[in-house]
Amino acid sequence: MVRYLLRSLLLATLVCLTVLVISFALARFGGNLAINLAGPDASTESIARIEHQLGLDRPLPVQFLDWADRALHGDFGESFLFHESVAQLIKEHLPVTFALGLLAIAIAIVVALPLGIAAALNEGTAIDVAIGMLTLAGQAIPSFWLGLMLIIWFGVDLGWLPISGVDDWTGYILPAVVLAFVAIPAMLRLTRGGMVDALRADYIRTARAKGLSRVSIVLKHALRNAAMPIVAVSAVQLGFILGGSVVTEVVFNVRGVGYLAWESIQKGDFPVIQAVVLLFALVFIVLTLLADLLNAALDPRLRTV
Amino acid sequence: MRQRLPLMVGSAIVAFAAVVAILAPLLVPHDPFAQNLSARFVPPAWMQGGSTVHLLGTDQNGRDYFSRLILGTRISMMIGFSTIVVSGLIGTTLGMLGGYFGGWVDRVVMFLVSCRLAIPLILVALTVVAMVGSSLTVVMLTLGLLLWERFAVVSRSATMQVAKLEFVSAAWCAGCSRLWIILREILPNILHHLIVIATIDMAIAILLEAALSFLGLGVPPPLPSWGLMIAEAKDYMFFKPWVIEIPGLALLVLVLGINLLGDGLRDALGAETER
Repeated sequence: MVRYLLRSLLLATLVCLTVLVISFALARFGGNLAINLAGPDASTESIARIEHQLGLDRPLPVQFLDWADRALHGDFGESFLFHESVAQLIKEHLPVTFALGLLAIAIAIVVALPLGIAAALNEGTAIDVAIGMLTLAGQAIPSFWLGLMLIIWFGVDLGWLPISGVDDWTGYILPAVVLAFVAIPAMLRLTRGGMVDALRADYIRTARAKGLSRVSIVLKHALRNAAMPIVAVSAVQLGFILGGSVVTEVVFNVRGVGYLAWESIQKGDFPVIQAVVLLFALVFIVLTLLADLLNAALDPRLRTV
Repeated sequence: MRQRLPLMVGSAIVAFAAVVAILAPLLVPHDPFAQNLSARFVPPAWMQGGSTVHLLGTDQNGRDYFSRLILGTRISMMIGFSTIVVSGLIGTTLGMLGGYFGGWVDRVVMFLVSCRLAIPLILVALTVVAMVGSSLTVVMLTLGLLLWERFAVVSRSATMQVAKLEFVSAAWCAGCSRLWIILREILPNILHHLIVIATIDMAIAILLEAALSFLGLGVPPPLPSWGLMIAEAKDYMFFKPWVIEIPGLALLVLVLGINLLGDGLRDALGAETER
C-alpha cells in the first residue's frame, strides 16, 4: 500500500513538473514576447526596455526557475491586459467555474447512474439498445451548439431561463446541463459495464438464492461493487469538465476562469494563460491522484501492485 | 440484423460524407465565397420565402448556405483524417514500444500519457493556434499532436497481450529482429483495436475543430468550417434559427455516423476497447 501510494505521488509530482515546463514554454514559442507587446512599429529601444522590464533578457533557464519559483508561491505576475495581479484575477473568476463544474458533475451522476443501471438490468433488450443509441447521440452533439440551441429554446422561446450570465442561480442551469453532457456518456457506459459484470458475479446468485428482493440485490450488492470505478471516473470527468469550461462559459457569457482564459488568449495576455493552464492541469492531476488512492483504499487487490 | 444496423447506417453516413468531401468543388451549385448583399438571409427552400435557387438559403453575407455546407464537409473530413494519421502514428509508436519492451520504456510512455492527459486540451490548442496563427494546417497539426493518448493506451495494452502469444515467441526463435516482430507480427494483430480508436479520435477531432473555430481560433474565415459558420451566424440566431441549426445538425449527423461506424466495427471486429 505504501509503495503504491509513493509511486502514485512520485508520478503526480513528475507530471506537475512537466506541466510547469509546458505552461512556461507556451508563452515562448509564439515568437518574441516583447515585440508582440510593444506592437509592430515599436523602436528597438522600447523593445529592449520591455524585455528588461519583464526579465526576458536573462538566460531561459534562469527565467524559468524564477517564474516557477514565483508560481509555486502563488505569484503569477501581473496581467498585461487588466493591470491586476493574476492570482487576484483567478481568485475572482474561480468560484463561478467550480460551482458550474460541481453542478455539472452532479447532474451527470443523476442522469448517468439510473440510465446505466436500467441498461444493465435490461441487457440486450430494446431498452439497452435505446439507451446506447442515446449515449452515442449525446456524444455527437457539439457542446457549443447545444448551448446555443438551449438558449433559443429555454431562454427565448419559452422564456424560462436567462440567456446569458449568472446573475442568480437560474443562470447556472443551462451551462451546467451543457457541461454535464460532456461527462454523461463515459459515466453511463462505465455504470452499465460495471453493473453487467457485478450482476453476473457469484455473490449475486447467492443473494438471489437467499431470496433477497430485486431492489436490495441491485442497489445493495451490485451497485456497491460497481460504484468504485464510477467515483473514480467522476473525479477525472470533473477535470475534463473544468478544462472544457472555456467553450461553455463563452457561449453563456459566464465570467469564469474559462472566459478569462479565452479573453487572455485573444489578447496575448500570457501571465494569465500560463496560470490558467497550470491551474487546470494541477486540478486534474490532484483529482486523478485522489481517484487512484480511493481505488487503492477500496480495492485490496490494488495494494499489492 | 439488429447488430448490423448501426454499422450499416454509420458506414453509409461516413461514405457519403467522404464522397461529398472529395467531390465538393464539383457539387457546389454556387461559389461558396461569393457574397451578395442584396440576397442576405434568404430562408431555406422549405420555408416561407425560400426558393430552390438556394436550397438551404443564404447567410448574413448572402453566400449560398448549401454550397458552404458542402465545402464545410471537406474541411471536417480533412481535419478528422489528418488528425488520426498524425495522432495514430505518434500514439501507436509510443504504445507499441511501451507494450513490447516494458520496463523503463513502458514507464516513460505511461508518464508521457499522464502528462498529455493533465494538459487542458482546448486551452492549449487555442493558445497554440493563437500564437502560430490560425490556418487549416495549423489546426490539423495541433489536434494531431494533442490527441494521441488514446492510441497509445490501447496499442500498449493490446501489444502486451499479443506479445505473450506463441507465434511471437516463434518469430523471435526463428531469428526475426525486434523491428520485424513489432511491425509484421504484432501490428497486424492489434490493427482492429486501432481502427476503432481511429473512429473515436476522428469524431473528437471534428468536434474540437468546430469548437476552436467557433471560438475564433480555428479555421480562419472565409473558409466555411461548420463551427465558424455557427459563430458567424450566432448574432442572428434568435430571428433566423436555421442559420445555426443547419451547420449544427450537419456536425451532429457526421459525428453520430462516425460513432455508429466505430461501435459497429468494434462489435464486428471483436475489439474490446472501452470508449
